[in-house]
Amino acid sequence: MTQYETVIGLEVHVELKTRSKIFCDSTTEFGGEPNTHVCPVCLGLPGVLPVVNKTVVEYAIRAALALNCRIAHYSKFDRKNYYYPDMPKNYQISQYDLPIAEHGHLNIEINSETRRIGITRLHMEEDTGKLVHQGTITTTPFSLVDYNRAGVPLIEIVSEPDLRSPEEAYEYLNKLKAIIQYTGVSDCKMEEGSLRCDANVSVRPAGSMEFGTKTEIKNMNSFKALQKALTYEVERQIEVLEEGGRIIQETRTWDEGKGVTLSMRSKEFAHDYRYLPDPDLVPMVIDQEWVKKIQCSLPELPDDRKDRYIREFGLPAYDAMVLTNTKELADYFEACVAAYPNPKAVSNWVMGDLSRLLNAGGVDVIKCPIKPGQLAAMLQLLEKGTISGKIAKSVFEEMFATGKDAEIIVKEKGLVQISDEGAIATIVDEVIAKNQKSVEDFRAGKDRALGFLVGQVMKATKGKANPELVNKLFKERLS
Amino acid sequence: MITEKDVDHVALLGRLELTGEEKEMFTKQLNDILGHFQSLERLDTEKVQPTAHVLPLQNVYREDQVGRHISREDALVNCPDRNENYFKVPRII
Repeated sequence: MTQYETVIGLEVHVELKTRSKIFCDSTTEFGGEPNTHVCPVCLGLPGVLPVVNKTVVEYAIRAALALNCRIAHYSKFDRKNYYYPDMPKNYQISQYDLPIAEHGHLNIEINSETRRIGITRLHMEEDTGKLVHQGTITTTPFSLVDYNRAGVPLIEIVSEPDLRSPEEAYEYLNKLKAIIQYTGVSDCKMEEGSLRCDANVSVRPAGSMEFGTKTEIKNMNSFKALQKALTYEVERQIEVLEEGGRIIQETRTWDEGKGVTLSMRSKEFAHDYRYLPDPDLVPMVIDQEWVKKIQCSLPELPDDRKDRYIREFGLPAYDAMVLTNTKELADYFEACVAAYPNPKAVSNWVMGDLSRLLNAGGVDVIKCPIKPGQLAAMLQLLEKGTISGKIAKSVFEEMFATGKDAEIIVKEKGLVQISDEGAIATIVDEVIAKNQKSVEDFRAGKDRALGFLVGQVMKATKGKANPELVNKLFKERLS
Repeated sequence: MITEKDVDHVALLGRLELTGEEKEMFTKQLNDILGHFQSLERLDTEKVQPTAHVLPLQNVYREDQVGRHISREDALVNCPDRNENYFKVPRII
């Protein structure tokens, strides 16, 4: 069988977090009763005049700079014509030949190697309305339209066909999301639709310089769906080629239930966008001082922050990557380290128990019931030996459930570790007296017997005995 | 030169159903219109900058502030068909 190389490019739409829409002052608020967040401009009524929201341009530049793009000196808006009722004007205002930014890139890590993925362009456009169907799409006789979302600002980010596997596509989208989130211009929540992704996929014989015919994959609504859909599509294309067939350039939709991509080829999708400059919107000449100001206001971005964690905190690369994947988690981590300057200990708790509890409860780290200062205070109790590592875990869960301080929980539940040698010695002697069989086993060389004896002490003290002390006392007495 | 095939294509994009007679008529009319505009090609544009706009304006922005919405009844008043709070359109797949 021929060896094939996969070629993938992604088109990502990101909803910007402005208060008002891109060309009118209707609210961008999510939800709302159908057709209430609308005005004559976003309803496309005759005679209206769209005016660009300056914050949209600022946010687009902000995202573009974070993605290492070159900002245009001169940019304009165009009309993209198509016949579909999700836009009441029968065109979408977008950018065609003079986008706000081009020639960017971001880095992804694949098998501990860094790969630079090119970004062709970043442009601004308006979101469309939402079509609602009663019953199933095949049985309903009509579609219902809600224009609340029509005119909400988007940026579309188009990558170069630089991605060589579904895994790379996944890493690219993940990094893109992290960078945009850091800039603060969007929430980038795929489940809420503020981050959406289409993919161009083709395969070619390994070593070939020419691209194969591509298909466009739509309707991938999660990171998992992206990877599954791309994996399926690559296999499908190779199968077609291996059987002597050829790939048809078309749009395909990912069917999550069936786990397949399906052709959307039909007359309904005959596309000929006939772009033309929007005569209502005058060109933008971008002031370079403005661009500089935005550049200076950018926060530290994920790659820089990760490098700093390795350099400054001495963390393993893996920890640094996981902690910096979202700005919120990284901010939380740093707040903890400020109060308890042992980065690796904090990292273990944040990546371990805390992430597990957050995920299980579907809680965002910003709303974490355990505040950084509380986590630090708990680690201090652990370090002082007030509580054991095992007790700390249950205290931590209690903190997460109630938001109480570790110290209060420890006091309320009487969880203070017993480190009084005399008190433990008494219990150790009792356990030895009651478990002569195990004592003999241990003396006969069965190390496991010691574990049993220690366990008996822990049981008697409800896990509060200092384990190191218990071990020490047994060894003193039995050897 | 516009052919009947082009007219078919444009009709499809505009969701228009044309009779054979209409197709013939529009083919001729579109060719007349294009022919008329072809006279522009006689102009020497060698030293003229390509332009997207003719207005002497640039950088017209508004601040990011929410204003007043129109009522839903006003939004829906002109729609040919509605279903409670929605615009109702033929099924589109």
